[in-house]
Amino acid sequence: MTNSPSGPLRLTGLLLLLLLVFLLDIAIGSVRIPLKEVLQVIFSAHTDNDTWTYIITQIRIPKAFTAVMAGCGLSVSGLQMQTLFRNPLAEPSMLGITAGASLGVAAIMLAGGNIATLYTIKELGLSGSWMITGAACLGAALIMMLVLSVSGTVKNNVMMLIIGIMIGTITLSIISIWQYFSEPELIKDYLLWTFGSLGGTSGMQLVILGLAIITGLVISFFSCKMLDALLLGENYARSMGVTAKRARFIIICSTSLLAGSITAFCGPIGFVGIAVPHMARLLFSTSNHRILIPGCCLIGTILMLLCDVIAQLPGSNTVLPINIITALVGAPAVIWIILRKNNLRAY
Amino acid sequence: MDKQPPLLQARGLSIGYGSGSRNVCRISGPLDLAIHAGKMICLLGPNGSGKSTLLRTLSGLQPALAGTIEMGAEGGGLSPARLAKQISLVLTEPVRDNSLTVYALVALGRYPHSNWLGILNDADKAMVHQALDATGMTNYAARKMSTLSDGESQKVMLARALAQDTPLMMLDEPTAHLDLPSRIQLMQLLHQLAGTTGKGILVSTHELDLALQVADQVWLLQTGGQIDRGVPEDLVLNGIFSAAFDKEGIHFDMTTGMFRIHPGQLKEIRLEGEGVPAFWTQRALRRKGFSVTGDPTTTLSVRIVLEKEQPVWIMEGKGAGQEFTSLSGLLNALAM
Repeated sequence: MTNSPSGPLRLTGLLLLLLLVFLLDIAIGSVRIPLKEVLQVIFSAHTDNDTWTYIITQIRIPKAFTAVMAGCGLSVSGLQMQTLFRNPLAEPSMLGITAGASLGVAAIMLAGGNIATLYTIKELGLSGSWMITGAACLGAALIMMLVLSVSGTVKNNVMMLIIGIMIGTITLSIISIWQYFSEPELIKDYLLWTFGSLGGTSGMQLVILGLAIITGLVISFFSCKMLDALLLGENYARSMGVTAKRARFIIICSTSLLAGSITAFCGPIGFVGIAVPHMARLLFSTSNHRILIPGCCLIGTILMLLCDVIAQLPGSNTVLPINIITALVGAPAVIWIILRKNNLRAY
Repeated sequence: MDKQPPLLQARGLSIGYGSGSRNVCRISGPLDLAIHAGKMICLLGPNGSGKSTLLRTLSGLQPALAGTIEMGAEGGGLSPARLAKQISLVLTEPVRDNSLTVYALVALGRYPHSNWLGILNDADKAMVHQALDATGMTNYAARKMSTLSDGESQKVMLARALAQDTPLMMLDEPTAHLDLPSRIQLMQLLHQLAGTTGKGILVSTHELDLALQVADQVWLLQTGGQIDRGVPEDLVLNGIFSAAFDKEGIHFDMTTGMFRIHPGQLKEIRLEGEGVPAFWTQRALRRKGFSVTGDPTTTLSVRIVLEKEQPVWIMEGKGAGQEFTSLSGLLNALAM
């Protein structure tokens, strides 16, 4: 009903674009592989060059899937935060979940500082290490528990927002203290992690990340009716039968699951969560979460893959950190949206 | 008086804020209140008397300090989902989401009735259209909320509450921020809705004169927490109305049902004349601090005569008799 006549057309266009960027993401990389060979590997899974097959199936396709999951998860959790807090600048990191994951990583990299852990990190690679991922998951879960326990006692969402931001700030300052007392070498390792990377997940990790993302997205889609009601504010939502605390609990759960797992596996990735929901609202011209959630997944995925393509710096061997690219692409997008709408009090 | 059981029955209700036994701020209570079907009740009271708190407590947004609230046959202690099928609300908080259309907002009113995805069936859609129709907002259905005026968006919120299709409807100061014609229109609409749909409607408002005209019953909440209930005219006649709102310099005029600014010292003046000119002359004289009487012994007098269908005012008792063709001239001469 709220779709303009060009709605299906836009959807088809976006799907085509998604396919294109997905292929592009797989086709481009530091090793030059002819497009024909790439397609051959994707569709028949075999080619004459074993190295190319390995690169495509073991590195590029997992990375593209990670990008898809990160794009979906971050955008949808951003959308949920913006609706829950009725704040256009809300993003997944708002509740301190991302900071919690960082705290876990910092605990391993900085505070421990003992030779055994450092050795493991060096041996297993920085972002691909189970230990790093595990610590990040633990940190995110810890902060999530804290936020959830607070959410049960807090009266309204504005207080929740402030407390979430405070918890995030405390967590980040604990990390800063650790950094202050750490060796420069260790700090550099930690900083590298904060740049984010889509390349570290493969095999089992991909499966675990996938499960977390799918669970988060399913919870989110099941709560789309509730999210619609929250657009009118907490009191109206309650008058329509929404249990405010339960709604908050469910939304924080799925957001934590999505943002926490992505941060744990890929490092902190900013701006996708804040920019994509705005793009989806503009593009689909609706507030209906039944449309916005899939819309966010679609746009988030395209944006993430596009950022990954840009990060490869086509034609060169350098790969830029993904977190830098998303900010470089995301920030102008947010500015453009604000200028175009020119009306943020509307939330 | 009312044979039917009430839609809402509150017994021993105490309202206020506070948690546990400490920091309890009790605003009013214990109260025994009832809302009957087809009745429009206006909740009046000065600022800070607790109108919103009472409304929020009755609608379940805020817990009561003590007492029970029962919803007709449904009983008390309802879950939010069941309560949402009993009471719909129009609140003071504005809704101005950029991409929310009027239709989408009104359709949200079907929330308690629609399936888990919020998809509307034909009956739901019919209800939404009916609600848009009743509030005269059908032509606005495709408009975005951010493009509406205050009066229009208030009607949309009313339509949303109608679409929720509940026996009870509560509105918290729905006429605030509206211009006079919109206020009258809205109150009139609510009055009609109570009659035609059989809903019990509770409206908190500051519109005393409007409330006197449209309310079937008035609940008058005093600053001390005391509540007086009754048919509006009864409350006027037994002086409760004027007692509640009389402040220094302001006076509730029982003969007109309006508030008047208290003049300081009254000078007496006699007014002769009929019809509309006499009514407005009387108002102008009162504003200037005259007490208008019909007493023939009063020295100062104004007589209204019609010349060629136009009123002419003749003033006597202050020097020589003078004639004026406008009230402004008369008032100027009286002031001298």
